[in-house]
Amino acid sequence: MPASRSTRIVLLVYGLVVIGLLYLPLVSVGFASVSQARYLSFPIKRYSYKWYAEVLESGTVRDLLFTSLSVALIVMILSVVIAFFGALAFARYEWRYRSIFQKLILLPIFFPQTVLGLALLMWFNALGIIPSWKTAVVAHLVWIAPISTLIVAIRAYSFDPALEEAARDLGANTPTILREITLPLLLPGLVSSGLFALLLSWGNFPLSLFTTGADSTLPEWLYAKMVSGYSPLVPTLGIMSVVTSIVLILTAFAVAWLARSIRDSHAA
Amino acid sequence: MQKLNRRLGFLSSLPILAVFLVAFFAPLMVVALFSVMPPKVFNLTNTPDFSAYSVFFEQGYYRSLLWSLGMALGSTAILLIVCWPLAYGMAKVFRGFTLVLTVAVVMSLFVSENIRLFGWVLTLMKGGLIEGHIRAWTGIGFDSPLYGIPIIVFGLVYVYLPFMLFPLAQGISMVPDDARQAAADLGATRWQILTQIDIPLAAPGIIVGCLLSFVLAAGAVAEAKILGGQAVITIADDIETAFTFGQDWPLGSALSVILIFIIGSLSLLGVSRVDLDRIMGRKR
Repeated sequence: MPASRSTRIVLLVYGLVVIGLLYLPLVSVGFASVSQARYLSFPIKRYSYKWYAEVLESGTVRDLLFTSLSVALIVMILSVVIAFFGALAFARYEWRYRSIFQKLILLPIFFPQTVLGLALLMWFNALGIIPSWKTAVVAHLVWIAPISTLIVAIRAYSFDPALEEAARDLGANTPTILREITLPLLLPGLVSSGLFALLLSWGNFPLSLFTTGADSTLPEWLYAKMVSGYSPLVPTLGIMSVVTSIVLILTAFAVAWLARSIRDSHAA
Repeated sequence: MQKLNRRLGFLSSLPILAVFLVAFFAPLMVVALFSVMPPKVFNLTNTPDFSAYSVFFEQGYYRSLLWSLGMALGSTAILLIVCWPLAYGMAKVFRGFTLVLTVAVVMSLFVSENIRLFGWVLTLMKGGLIEGHIRAWTGIGFDSPLYGIPIIVFGLVYVYLPFMLFPLAQGISMVPDDARQAAADLGATRWQILTQIDIPLAAPGIIVGCLLSFVLAAGAVAEAKILGGQAVITIADDIETAFTFGQDWPLGSALSVILIFIIGSLSLLGVSRVDLDRIMGRKR
């Protein structure tokens, strides 16, 4: 029952409106970041880039970026490794507790992040660990590793176990199979799960709030400034954070495209 | 072969289970233990007295819980209605546009929730993007819709839209076109197709979408704080305050345990009804 032309158009317009609304707040933030006035009011009378200059010169901002990036990169690497194995247990191997395992994986995703952050804070306290950005890595991992696992699992569902079985019949042992067959087949899923992990960690606020101790990530600093009154540095830094994410995504796409064209040229 | 599969399955589940054990289940145990401690202690070596739970009823914390659950219910219902046509379009109508929409929605997830909500404040405040421009062009201003309950629900709908949209689209794509065609050929009205074909067959997606958005909205803080100007206090906000300003870990823990209990039992109930292999596209 193909949809009529008018249904198609109405739904398309609706979709565009939803996308527009999703990004409308960022448009406001963008305008605010180039407004010269210290106290923002629309329509903007004079534009200036001076807040960007101020942000770039600030040492605090450099520390924030360094902390956020360190956390995000470590979370990415650990999540991809965990997700590789987790996805195999989730989707590939038939083992006894697989369906319980699948449901267990979902629990942290359903969990309120603020509460998880506080629970971890108490746990670290009980262990005598002083929170720093390293403990924030652990906190991010609890929430992000399951998401990465699900992303890799989608890929793992679509591959044919016969490939692995054939390799085994030809005498390959398990590490060889994982390296030569499974890893290349799951690679696209691993790349996208790594990207998700990096960006979700970069933007995460509720988990960082209670687990970074004296260190501070970018979203934390923005929140602190937001609730303590307006500062023109908030929209500026916000936009810079968004631009960083976009650059990361574009880089990932470019690398993926490059890798594919190199592989194709080898194949040809 | 089967035996090997079993062993490999178990072994490959270990890394993530280890993370869960040391950083998810252990902290939850600590929360549970703290919740039965006497007020305002910072270690677990005291005699349990359960007083924190009675505070929940005596000092009106149940009201925050009801507000949180009510707003979560409202936003979930709105999301279901708002997302259904879009999810239907993604699963059955759009071709290339499905990818555009998916990428656009996923990208928005990578921007910190704070920044996006702050953007709404700049958009909707008096002298903001909308009111400021309208006043400049027409000379007529209006009051800002910020700092009330409706705007908090709007914020929840806005932030959790992807968590309803994607499961719903996945669910609707599981409805076979033949079944809809057959129903239409046999004279079913659009309404009958919706209620008797689409909804029952897309049920796994509907359950997951509703569950995710309800659960996440019930534990939300930022919407009420940034957009709502704390017109109502959510339960997660109370938990946060108990830990920070209140310096009362047992109270915060007891409130957490109550929230975790509600969210956890709902999640388990919902997830146990869904076949994850099927919804995630297992082919074999």
